[in-house]
Amino acid sequence: MSQVNRLGLGGCIDRTQTYTFTFNGNQYTGFKGDTLASALLANGVSIVNRSFKYSRPRGIVAAGAEEPNAIMQLGATEAAQVPNIRATQQALYSGLAARSTNGWPNVENDAMGLVGKLGGPMMGPGFYYKTFMAPASMWMTYEKLIRKAAGLGRSPKEKDPDQYDHYHRHCDVLVIGAGPAGLSAALAAGRSGARVILCDEQEQMGGHLLDTRDQLNGQAANLWVTQVLAELASMPEVLLLPRTTANGLHDHNFATLHERRTEHLADTAPDANQVRSRMHHVRAHQVILATGAHERPLVYANNDVPGNMICGAVSTYIRRYAVIPGQRLVVTTTNDDGYRAALDWTEAGREVVAIVDARPNPEGDCVKEARKKGIRIITGSAVFEAKGTKRVTGARVSGVDPATFTLTGTKEDLACDTIASSGGFSPVVHLSAHTGTRPIWRDDIIGFIPGNVKGLTPVGAVKGVYALDRILAEGAEAGSKAALASGFSVSGIELPSVTKQLESKPIALFQVPHEKPTMRAPKQFVDLQNDVTAAGIELATREGFESIEHVKRYTALGFGTDQGKLGNINGMAIAARLLNQTIPETGTTVFRPNYTGITFGAIAGRHCRDLFDPERYTALHAWHLQRGAKFEDVGQWKRPWYFPVGNETMHDAVQRECRAVREKVGILDASTLGKIDIQGKDAREFIGRVYTNKWAQLGVDKCRYGLMCKDDGMVMDDGVTTCLGDNHFLMTTTTGGAAAILEWLELWHQTEWPELEVYFTSVTDHWATMTLSGPKARDLLSEITDIDLSKDTFKFMECRQGQVAGVPARVYRISFTGELTYEINVQANYAMHVWKALFAHEHTYGLTPYGTETMHVLRAEKGFIIVGQDTDGSVTPEDLGMQWCVGYDKPFSWIGQRALSRPDTRREDRKQLVGLKPVDPKVVLQEGAQIVLDPTQSIPMKMVGHVTSSYFSPTLGHGFALALLVSGSKRMGEKVYMPMADGKVIEAEVVSPIFLDPKGVRQNV
Amino acid sequence: MLHIFCPYCGEHREEAEFRPKGQAHIARPLSPEQCSDEEWAEYLFFRDNPRGIHHELWVHATGCRKFFNVTRHTVSYEILETYKMGEKPKVTAESLAKGGRS
Amino acid sequence: MSKVAVFNQCPGSEVMAESPLAHQSSVKGGRALIVTEHAFLGHLILRGQADNESLKSAVLSVVGVELPLQPLTFVLNETTGASVQWLSPDEWLLILPAGQEYEVEQNLRQQISGHFSIVNVGGGQTLLRLKGDKVFDLLSKSCVYDVHERNFPVGKAVATTFAKATAIIRRPNEQEWELVIRRSFADYCYRWITDAGREFDLTFTV
Repeated sequence: MSQVNRLGLGGCIDRTQTYTFTFNGNQYTGFKGDTLASALLANGVSIVNRSFKYSRPRGIVAAGAEEPNAIMQLGATEAAQVPNIRATQQALYSGLAARSTNGWPNVENDAMGLVGKLGGPMMGPGFYYKTFMAPASMWMTYEKLIRKAAGLGRSPKEKDPDQYDHYHRHCDVLVIGAGPAGLSAALAAGRSGARVILCDEQEQMGGHLLDTRDQLNGQAANLWVTQVLAELASMPEVLLLPRTTANGLHDHNFATLHERRTEHLADTAPDANQVRSRMHHVRAHQVILATGAHERPLVYANNDVPGNMICGAVSTYIRRYAVIPGQRLVVTTTNDDGYRAALDWTEAGREVVAIVDARPNPEGDCVKEARKKGIRIITGSAVFEAKGTKRVTGARVSGVDPATFTLTGTKEDLACDTIASSGGFSPVVHLSAHTGTRPIWRDDIIGFIPGNVKGLTPVGAVKGVYALDRILAEGAEAGSKAALASGFSVSGIELPSVTKQLESKPIALFQVPHEKPTMRAPKQFVDLQNDVTAAGIELATREGFESIEHVKRYTALGFGTDQGKLGNINGMAIAARLLNQTIPETGTTVFRPNYTGITFGAIAGRHCRDLFDPERYTALHAWHLQRGAKFEDVGQWKRPWYFPVGNETMHDAVQRECRAVREKVGILDASTLGKIDIQGKDAREFIGRVYTNKWAQLGVDKCRYGLMCKDDGMVMDDGVTTCLGDNHFLMTTTTGGAAAILEWLELWHQTEWPELEVYFTSVTDHWATMTLSGPKARDLLSEITDIDLSKDTFKFMECRQGQVAGVPARVYRISFTGELTYEINVQANYAMHVWKALFAHEHTYGLTPYGTETMHVLRAEKGFIIVGQDTDGSVTPEDLGMQWCVGYDKPFSWIGQRALSRPDTRREDRKQLVGLKPVDPKVVLQEGAQIVLDPTQSIPMKMVGHVTSSYFSPTLGHGFALALLVSGSKRMGEKVYMPMADGKVIEAEVVSPIFLDPKGVRQNV
Repeated sequence: MLHIFCPYCGEHREEAEFRPKGQAHIARPLSPEQCSDEEWAEYLFFRDNPRGIHHELWVHATGCRKFFNVTRHTVSYEILETYKMGEKPKVTAESLAKGGRS
Repeated sequence: MSKVAVFNQCPGSEVMAESPLAHQSSVKGGRALIVTEHAFLGHLILRGQADNESLKSAVLSVVGVELPLQPLTFVLNETTGASVQWLSPDEWLLILPAGQEYEVEQNLRQQISGHFSIVNVGGGQTLLRLKGDKVFDLLSKSCVYDVHERNFPVGKAVATTFAKATAIIRRPNEQEWELVIRRSFADYCYRWITDAGREFDLTFTV
């Protein structure tokens, strides 16, 4: 098909570069510089989609971000699929493949269109809720069908080949929008030497100046644009970001800008190193909002039939893309701007049937020019209905009285294929409202302008200023002031001269009345994307939805990717009229980020796949990898979970590792434990205040287990702390708690007890910790150390300093397995040397590396808790049976002490830690299983606790568990029951949580 | 994303560097054991939730690791001042009501 | 016995040390962005009161530079390469030539009176040096902090976030930048930098 609607001359397109593209499988051609929308119009494509709810045929309405219909699925291959791209914002490239997001089997003949026709009158707001409400169990089925019918694109099923990233930027002045206001603001600010970012969502910067009839300095306005952009580009501190949408404006002038870097070139980035799109996170000292205004269409019957457009879009397609979207035009307008479309149309050589102006006596310069060109002008009137189904065939015109919402005078039918409407302009206030500020209604401009936001200056059309000379002047002033507020001064800048145009005042008209009442008239669309009609809003108000926020939710007005760009003001005006309120009384709905859709790729940036979250490695990680370890995530750490040999299952590996520790010797990489170096004369006092137990008497080179509570008395962490010197301690914390505990200590020191002389420094990463555990631990370690390891010189819970494999080391004799254990700590850079030196004796002693799973089994056999697994923030030391670790008579009321005498912590029916022994020795209880006392009771059963840790012990020869159980300490020997999801009930006996070696004989060797 | 002036580093920093730690000026009673259960519960569990001026404790977690206070408006999210530990706020709900600076 | 346990944690040269990036390989690329690991330097955390005169004089006599009291600055001893960085009003980072940390700690301890602490953290962090025209871009992609020269002159040092980890960023001279990163996050940072630097044809030497 040839480009039937392409004009022979003009436009900012490059006619030497022809691009071939496909739409719904058909091949077309366009030019470099086209958007997908302008290329489709050039080729005479009228129907581009089916509507969301009623499946009505839809055509292109607008030329920018406000386009409600031309929403496309892009991508020639599966991996390149992108849903919900507006054709008006997508640059054409060679090979572009687009499909409509709605329409089955196709947009020309849509099966759902029948439903729309038949069910149309009944499908009011709430249709789906009301129709598919019952039975509730069927909703999932209904939803699938509805969603398939409703469309809105699909996500790709293959991995995205592109990369996306983030950029953090800081500037003095951020200018959003590069139309006349934004360009003059950026120029003024740029010349001051301030750091300026200018962004604009379109392919080319210049905004309205790219297609205006106004001239600057007596020349085409885009010449001035080119000149200003060249100057801005030459400034080292100015960053120009075209194809970049400011999608969010957050607190304290933090803006998110979405830059599309290769989306105008091809489906996927041409070069593998190229970033497809980039999210700029901008912190700006000052923001200048120059986002302009969107033209408002008028709401009249069948205003959604393809061929209905907004006036400004008609001008844009003609002047910027040399595309004329029809043969015979009727303009219906409330203001002078509507005339420009007719002038452009007639100058392009096609017929303007009439300009229908709602004002009784329009007298502006544009009006005079239209008259001079012989265009018929019908005043005091409006188009109240469009004729046609797949394309406009005519316009029905009548006199109209907006004040009484009635049609007057005689009616006339005009034959045409295009109706362009203008109901005035709606400033694009969206960004100003993202932090919660409400826009302000202005009767004089019939629109909302931005409310007051600190550090934000709206300028130009977004503030309701539409005269070009004033826009340029205000832009320059705002740019200078913003620069000055950031400490940069600028001398006055010369502005281009503008020929003054006399304008006559616009009139307020939103919905055009029909000869029938709204509820019975043909559909009058307010929000085309969401298929919201004037009748829908009327029904909503009739059903009692009076708040505009409720009307929005009931009707879907301004939902989703639309965010109310074309329809919101019309919708509010209609609601206001029906509720007998003014528009400001009705108010606006809240505009939320993002202004237009953003791909998930751009939101994620490089924080995906193996960079999604930091993986923290110990100094021995490479060895674990080589040994074939399976890893477990503990916080951000990768810890060896178990070390399978050959084809071993996890169960087999863990059983083998457990036996190795109990019978010979095993080694665990415990480097992830949090370690905090504590120095100062009050270190001991401080430790005594944050731990539950006593520290006053702990001697040098002695270790002690400590339990830490919050001030509510609940256990928050535990670990061993060693006295290295009278004023020097090394505290260990749980792996997950390391950062939080350091912050906790600092919190108390900085806010409550600054008088205590103590300093805390994290040494978690500095020390590597290797835990050698098992009856052969002493024999093995003695091979490579000069430390006297004999039982009576280096006792349990002591620390020694010496050489291990030639490396200076601190060795702690503590135990989390119940076996003879030495924890070897060396500066992390030397850890691999020491580890390998130990493994040089692997076969002599049967040294076995073990992971966290084996560690868990071994510690649980001994009844040692894991904070965060056996506790959950609601467990006191006494609930754990750890009264031995509580210093009730310490002189200072330590953190948590007072709370332990609150009535709630003294309750007798608190959950307490117990052991559970399944009656069937082969059974391993499920962690998290709920415990009941009577398995025959009816559902819902009374739950009295849950399993916190559960394993199979090769040493005991049966499954065993730890659990929190109501009054558990008094239930020793009782039977409890765990009903499982499959209906089985597991029986277990309540026993002591210490399953192995309660006297601690094994480690005392 | 807030832009917060760290009174120790002496410059504005991005919110990502900080962590909020709840209401400021909650002093631990000096003699906990002399507190009634009600007094202790008040200290542990009860916090203000004003619409307007709120004094908050923050920590410059990835910066200087110091705790400090922030006076923030809970509707506009404007930060009216930040001040070091041990200092008193200059802007309060009362001072604003009396016509102090906003 | 001393009230604080200090000992030389470095073995003789016969023991092979492994830096946090020992298991990563170098990346060969262009000169627009060159990252080099400087492993095994001595890193000490010094804490004390800024008005403690003995602290200031000890740093001056032992390290040869004035203790920086201005927030977010660091000072470099051009002769030895040692540096002292302000971390917070009562905390400084000393980065010393390899192997000097024990001696420096001892000397400082002898000369400082009052309340202070010194902790060897050299095993827990490593230093990367960055140079080339694209350092600004790499850091802008990685950090929320403003690294523009107007906000980040030579002599500035800032602890901040780096991707989803943390780092200290320092600017010792016009040509170079330094990153101090934690050992356990070093692999993540390496992969992040390598990825972010790909479009700048990064060179990374470990």
